[in-house]
Amino acid sequence: MINSICKYLFLGFTLMMALSANAASKKTDPYLRPIPVPYPADNVPTAERVELGKKLFFDPRLSGSEWISCATCHNPALSWSDALPTMIGNKMAKGNRSTPTILNTAYNKMQFWDGRAGTLEEQALGPIQAPGEMHQDLDELVKRLTAIEGYRAAFDVAYPDEGISKQTIAKAIASFERSVVSTEAPFDRWRMGDQKALSESAKRGFKLFEGKANCAACHQAFNFADDGFHNIGLPMSGQEDVGRFAHRKVKVNKGAFKTPTLRDIDLTAPYMHNGAYNTLDEVVEHYNKGGVTLDNLDPNMKPLNLNDQEKKDIVAFLKSLTGKPMALVVPILPVR
Amino acid sequence: MKKYHSLFSMFILVTFSASVLAEAEVKSYVVTQKEKKFSEEKLKIKVGDSIDFKNDDPWFHNVFSLSDVQNFDLGSYPKGQFKTVVFNKEGKLDVECAIHPQMHMVVEVTK
Ligand code: HEC
Ligand code: HEC
Ligand SMILES: [Cu+2]
Repeated sequence: MINSICKYLFLGFTLMMALSANAASKKTDPYLRPIPVPYPADNVPTAERVELGKKLFFDPRLSGSEWISCATCHNPALSWSDALPTMIGNKMAKGNRSTPTILNTAYNKMQFWDGRAGTLEEQALGPIQAPGEMHQDLDELVKRLTAIEGYRAAFDVAYPDEGISKQTIAKAIASFERSVVSTEAPFDRWRMGDQKALSESAKRGFKLFEGKANCAACHQAFNFADDGFHNIGLPMSGQEDVGRFAHRKVKVNKGAFKTPTLRDIDLTAPYMHNGAYNTLDEVVEHYNKGGVTLDNLDPNMKPLNLNDQEKKDIVAFLKSLTGKPMALVVPILPVR
Repeated sequence: MKKYHSLFSMFILVTFSASVLAEAEVKSYVVTQKEKKFSEEKLKIKVGDSIDFKNDDPWFHNVFSLSDVQNFDLGSYPKGQFKTVVFNKEGKLDVECAIHPQMHMVVEVTK
């Protein structure tokens, strides 16, 4: 008996040592996910807030038509996107930009393809009101939610002194989004020392990604993003979209869009803000050419002269960024 | 005629004193861009001083200011290169990078 207790103590001790050693090495590797998810001081993501935010995220009654929820477009079964080249919103109207995943948006310093919102709180009220998306009046929404007893109770627990308001709706949704973070992928296991987690092809692909192919000039660190805006010379589609330039009138921003995360990238086709490409092979070919539309091209973009094997290697690496499926319990929405 | 004369002498006086000041006090500063940060968050300088904005990152930056006091767009340039801005008006300027908006600094220009 004592013997086995000692054994457990010893096991626990070694486990602790291993974990703390691991934590230390994690800190130094920019490719591994930082453990704490950043959040604003006035919106600590408590369990109650995350749960309430999840309800709101899945509730179509947030829209004017009572038919479109955030999850209609940011569908968890499609890696929090919609598998469409560009979004479809209110009255089935087609938008001219694609739906990005909400995975790891907690780590973005700017939201949207053009960075027009800073925080997730700021972002959340955008799509609810946008005529092309959920087309809902916010005061109307506050009234609608206040009429539902289940929501009154949930807001009471999550934001005791604040009540149901635009602000608390945004805060709850943001808290939920902060819980949607990437999970461990083969690439991460390889970074932590498991040599077998990655194929030789993917390992070569990563080397190219950081080296000859210059992808890491823009796709950086664990989220493979830089909170930056670049014109990567995509093929033109539909009407001209000036992107970031609409918000910061500096020449380099014309046609520039935010560098998106590459986590779970194999699951979120089609790609790019205008859905220009259907496969990762097409994306890599785009970069190999150094872009297609060369007007105001970001200076980091150049023809890469990759051979077929090198292109395959980069795609193999991109596919190693797919995490384990995230367990998600579908929320029960208060009907009354 | 008299009016022109006084204007002329004033002109001489102004240019003369400015050039004396310039020789005596004009300073040049270096602000680097490294790991997507400016080396200074805030810099106080005098009218006529200049700043060399030097890129120390292996990717491009594009330093600009859309401030009312003075605006400029230095364009994109790679590691090791710099561009110089002379600040010739009094006031506070927000200087940013167009590619990485979280890069921000304030230049305060005083007399
Ligand atoms: C009709 C489809 C649609 C609906 C409904 C919708 N979104 Fe989006 N979402 C988009 C599109 C398209 C974009 C990109 C728009 C842009 O950048 O201009 C986007 C962008 C975002 C982003 C920014 C992601 C990033 O990486 O920059 C977040 C976060 C987000 N949506 C959350 C939400 C939330 C929360 C809701 C519900 C309140 C919601 N969305 C409803 C289509 C939708
Ligand atoms: C100059 C900066 C830059 C470089 C270099 C770069 N990317 Fe990108 N990448 C971006 C930006 C910006 C976007 C989004 C562009 C848009 O939609 O307008 C993007 C989009 C992508 C996408 C699609 C993501 C999505 O969710 O739609 C993939 C995949 C991708 N890049 C992979 C790569 C690979 C692989 C390389 C190297 C061969 C690379 N990138 C090099 C900036 C860059
Ligand atoms: Cu920059």
